[in-house]
Amino acid sequence: MKKWQDNKGWLFILPVFLIVAFSAIVPLMTVVNYSIQDIFGPGQSVFVGTEWFREVLRDQRLHEALWRQLLFSGLVLLIEMPLGIGIALLMPAKKGFGASLVLVTLALPLLIPWNVIGTIWIIFTRPDIGLMGAAINAMGLTFDHTASGLHAWITLMLMEVWHWTPLVALLAYAGLQSIPPAYYQAAKIDGASSWSIFRYIQLPKMRGVLTIALLLRFMDSFLIYAEPFVLTGGGPGNTTTFLSIYLVKIAVGQFDLGPAGAFSLIYFLIVLLFCYLFYQALLNVGGGKES
Amino acid sequence: MKKRYITLTVYLVVIMLPIYWMLNMSLRTNADIMAQLVFFPTDITFSNYMKIFTDPAWYNGYINSIIYVVLNTIICLVTALPAAYAFSRFSFIGDKHVFFWLLTNRMSPAAVFLLPFFQLYSTFGLIDTHIAVAMAHCLFNIPLTVWILEGFISGVPIEIDEMAFIDGYKFPRFFFFVFVPLIRSGIGVAAFFCFMFSWVELLFARTLTTTAAKPIAATMTRTVSASGLDWGLLAAAGILTIVPGALVIYFVRNYLAKGFALGRV
Repeated sequence: MKKWQDNKGWLFILPVFLIVAFSAIVPLMTVVNYSIQDIFGPGQSVFVGTEWFREVLRDQRLHEALWRQLLFSGLVLLIEMPLGIGIALLMPAKKGFGASLVLVTLALPLLIPWNVIGTIWIIFTRPDIGLMGAAINAMGLTFDHTASGLHAWITLMLMEVWHWTPLVALLAYAGLQSIPPAYYQAAKIDGASSWSIFRYIQLPKMRGVLTIALLLRFMDSFLIYAEPFVLTGGGPGNTTTFLSIYLVKIAVGQFDLGPAGAFSLIYFLIVLLFCYLFYQALLNVGGGKES
Repeated sequence: MKKRYITLTVYLVVIMLPIYWMLNMSLRTNADIMAQLVFFPTDITFSNYMKIFTDPAWYNGYINSIIYVVLNTIICLVTALPAAYAFSRFSFIGDKHVFFWLLTNRMSPAAVFLLPFFQLYSTFGLIDTHIAVAMAHCLFNIPLTVWILEGFISGVPIEIDEMAFIDGYKFPRFFFFVFVPLIRSGIGVAAFFCFMFSWVELLFARTLTTTAAKPIAATMTRTVSASGLDWGLLAAAGILTIVPGALVIYFVRNYLAKGFALGRV
């Protein structure tokens, strides 16, 4: 694509650059400061080098939280991506009242504040007043996410899938809408099966939006905080203590700024690494860049 | 064809079920909720909603949330529009690096920035103001807005700009009266995303405010009283947090599908 060679471009991005620098670089440097100092109080601190990093990297509970987080994000992606694509394939292709209704309904969970999501699911799964909790108990099974770690996980997964699959579906649907009808006509003439239409027309055409969906879903599931915090508070025990919850516990609960700073930087780097890998992998699948 | 729509309908019903259950609770008194499980409530009462609409501590939460969300959306759009234009039209030193750096901020865990933000905004005396929350939300909303708008702007051929300049348009006039109307659906979609991510965020909003700018999501913890949780009130407050979002979706519904597709990676 043609572009003007002109450093005047910097003038245009200056406002964005300044605002984001103010709210990103200054706090990030503060975190770096925390991570290499032992802070006793205002103005009282000692340089400790990499001590906090060593301490954090050896922290058994952090390792557990990291594996838990990876398992959670992995499961979320494995369920939400295929399900979202499936839903998008079912959606009506033509514009009209039906399509609008489906779109609005799908987008609804996305616009609920995250702690309200937690509240909805507390209400929904309570054995005494919740529909789901009561229904499961009526079947003779005991279900209580405050007592059993497994049940807490099931509830969290259900909530996460309920909450975010619509985003994948909306993105995939947008990708499907961008396919010209001529492609389908050509496939029909060639007598292509619906599987090969999906594999060779729809899937490649959705690659761009699916990359966005995968990246967004990975980032947000890896950074999840409010929903499990409201629903289970990280419990029972530590079974749903994900990285963010553990970090806030250290930083705000125990006010250990040094370890929290070191933890933050490591956390940030892990997210960056994964996003970079996904991005590269998806660009290379199917060969070459495509709009 | 039939089977397809039945599956879809079942899925949509599943989506609506938890929300319906909350709506159901919000229309009943706490005693009624604890007493029995009813799918279609008969004794409908609006007392929970009345309480929220008459108690300033409650309805101020909504006003605060809406103020900072709107502020955030305005800041994001005003600054991101020229930036997205630059990323799409100009090639300049460090353009790709700055773009990637912007995106990395979308990936930074909010929990990481919690304490530094508190310190930073305390220094400027901004704690408990709407602008503090709006600025904090810019951290993840500006990158997203730039990303979305860049996709839309790249969908408009650069020749249109060149023709306009040949026709004697000065840049500001061209930008505001020719270009912005061309990508108005993109602006709508970007605004939708800004609104959405700012509206649903709680961690920053709660940390940076105490009373004067306290968001509704934080106010909801008020339902715990000496007599335990008031489920009906909690549900009513929850239902009311869905309303602004539902209105916004309704207005952008026709752009929604198109908007997603044009955002490039």
